[in-house]
Amino acid sequence: MIASLRGENLLTLEGVSDAALLEVLDTAESFVEVNRRSIKKVPALKGKVVASIFFEESTRTRLSFETAAKRLSADVLSLAVASSSVKKGESLRDTTATIDALGIDALVMRHQSSGAALQVSRYVPHVRVINAGDGLHQHPTQGLLDAFTIRQVLSERADTTGVESGLELFKGLRVLIVGDVRHSRVARSDIVAYSTLGCEVRVAAPGTLLPANIETWPVTVVSDFDEALEWADVVGLLRLQRERGSGSFVPSLEEFTQTFGLTFARAKRLRPTTIIMHPGPMNRGVEIDSKVADLASAVITRQVTNGVPVRMAVLYLALASVRDGGGS
Amino acid sequence: MSSLLVRGGLVVGPSTSSVGDVLVRDGVIVDVSDTIALPPGCSEIDARGCWVGPGMVDLHAHLREPGREAAETIESGAHAGAIGGFTALVAMPNTEPALDNVALVSYVLDRGTRTPIDVAVAGAITVGRKGESLAPMAEMAALGVRLFTDDGIGVQDPSVMRRALTYARPLGVRLAQHCEDELLAAGGSMNEGALSSRLGLVGRPALAEELMVMRDIELVRLTGAPLHFLHLSTIRSLNLVDAARREGLPVTCEVAPHHLTLDETSCQGFDALFKVHPPLRAASDVEGLRVALRSGLVDAVASDHAPHAPELKDLAFDEAPAGLLGLEYSASLTFEALGGDVDPVQFFSLLSRGPARIAQLRRDDLRVRHSAHGGALVAGDDANLVVFDPNARWTASNATLHSRATNSPYDGRALVGQVRSTIAKGTLVVHEAELV
Repeated sequence: MIASLRGENLLTLEGVSDAALLEVLDTAESFVEVNRRSIKKVPALKGKVVASIFFEESTRTRLSFETAAKRLSADVLSLAVASSSVKKGESLRDTTATIDALGIDALVMRHQSSGAALQVSRYVPHVRVINAGDGLHQHPTQGLLDAFTIRQVLSERADTTGVESGLELFKGLRVLIVGDVRHSRVARSDIVAYSTLGCEVRVAAPGTLLPANIETWPVTVVSDFDEALEWADVVGLLRLQRERGSGSFVPSLEEFTQTFGLTFARAKRLRPTTIIMHPGPMNRGVEIDSKVADLASAVITRQVTNGVPVRMAVLYLALASVRDGGGS
Repeated sequence: MSSLLVRGGLVVGPSTSSVGDVLVRDGVIVDVSDTIALPPGCSEIDARGCWVGPGMVDLHAHLREPGREAAETIESGAHAGAIGGFTALVAMPNTEPALDNVALVSYVLDRGTRTPIDVAVAGAITVGRKGESLAPMAEMAALGVRLFTDDGIGVQDPSVMRRALTYARPLGVRLAQHCEDELLAAGGSMNEGALSSRLGLVGRPALAEELMVMRDIELVRLTGAPLHFLHLSTIRSLNLVDAARREGLPVTCEVAPHHLTLDETSCQGFDALFKVHPPLRAASDVEGLRVALRSGLVDAVASDHAPHAPELKDLAFDEAPAGLLGLEYSASLTFEALGGDVDPVQFFSLLSRGPARIAQLRRDDLRVRHSAHGGALVAGDDANLVVFDPNARWTASNATLHSRATNSPYDGRALVGQVRSTIAKGTLVVHEAELV
């Protein structure tokens, strides 16, 4: 178990202890305030260089990471893969070596292949690698910001602060994850984070969109989606990964929406306090009805907002703090 | 040609072993006795404490020539084979272009004759290994080809496979199948299971292999043609083949050293060195394969030696090509898989006599352009011999490989048992585990 992410790569949330998760959440809390200032910048990473390489298209995650790095005063090197030599057949190893040769401290990386961030971390052991999504494997900062958002909403309701509440609000929290778990790196990170933090996690999906051997995951598969909606404190919807061929795993998008979409009618089963989440980008009308996405209990925009302080925390812990011997 | 006296080793016959000397002259074993006086001008190999057996035969070597010489050539593959104790290799036809006609087969056979060992060829079953129309098997058989396979991929269409078996039967050749239903395994890069699910890698289910084994057993029943199952990786596959054999069907099978010594957990680090088709399986299958190997369910261990240029194995796991090096460590890994008290007769059955029978490379087979392999180690046999030290302890190292490629997953692994000498066609090719 990783006891603290200080000075560590962030490649996966598997094997990250609850204490290490808590440290990220609390650190992020301290950066929320920075983002509310008129001058949104602290000198924490001044002189550090953060490179971001996105081998796979992304808008929000890339913007979020680069914003986070800039607010910590780091210099940001941004490799646009579409216009780079990667298109000319350069290998992952050579691309990494080239960026590294410019002198970098951290590498934020997204790649279409599972495990790519781990592979790259072996090529540049002196650089802290932050996984911004690798294939179907992990999207650790999404898992962290989802946990952060839940704690923020619940602590506000309890009239306390996130830091004061610690991990208390996660204990026994009922989280229902719905949709394309099979092709979702967000689901893999969320499920690990939530179960490590003490939540009870259930999943609802057509059989074909459940991963192989789901029985070995720390979740329960629900047989009745509608009942599970009444049970849930939090409903986490997943994007149907049509670009990964998920379309052929269900007979039609309409049928998916009818059976496992959060339609307006179905959303009436939710308690008014049930938190509705979605990592975006949403397929409105497929996994979530437009009106549901705009309900007060839907915190989708807040998830995006929280991406910045959480990624600030991740970068800060990876780079600004020296190892204190309490790491892995 | 020179003469060689292999002195004092345990001479391993087809059913019994005894300590003695083996005298080789002019490419032939001329005497096998308790003690032989060293003839004048004859060099001596000290084999005391070692096993002396028939040269090993690999049914499954991807030598990459023509087309991908950056990864391997027939010559470099033959050198790697000799280091591994092999005196004969069967070159797989998934070159570029595929070995699906007499011109290409002749080319590979010619190149093979320029190496110190024998290189036989497995021809493609279908044109371009596309699984559509039959390759000219009769013409290739006339050149001495005795095995046909589209390996790298199985023949997916059952009607094409049926036709191929029916066509091959009167030719006296054997088809060999890479068993994986590519529709069921589609897009997969490791064994399907809890681990692939957690790692977010698309899985290749064991069933993809087993379904094709089931299908092909039934096609053998229908056609009566012999079939060899390549690199079976699950215990269920082996049990299916065993049951078919008990029914009297002409089926044989091989397992690969990596399926006996590595399991799917090796893929956890996303290192493409561990990517292979069929994939490394669950630990229970590895253990099951070892038990099956010891209990005689397996006809041959075959390397599935698959060199790839380093830059290709630097790709992401799902993008990298499948396959790993096997020739140099096959004998040691087989020794390890046989566990504790290894029976030398069984050891040489799996690595020499079994595969030589399947590839029709023995003394009594109708042979074209190569010497005889897998013999009983008696006077008159062609001198293809190996000296294996069952007590040697050594460490695998990717820095000392003889292949052009370096994609061995065993770097740093402690090994027991080592090929000390390889005598191919009467010539000492490997001595003290080094090329002469």
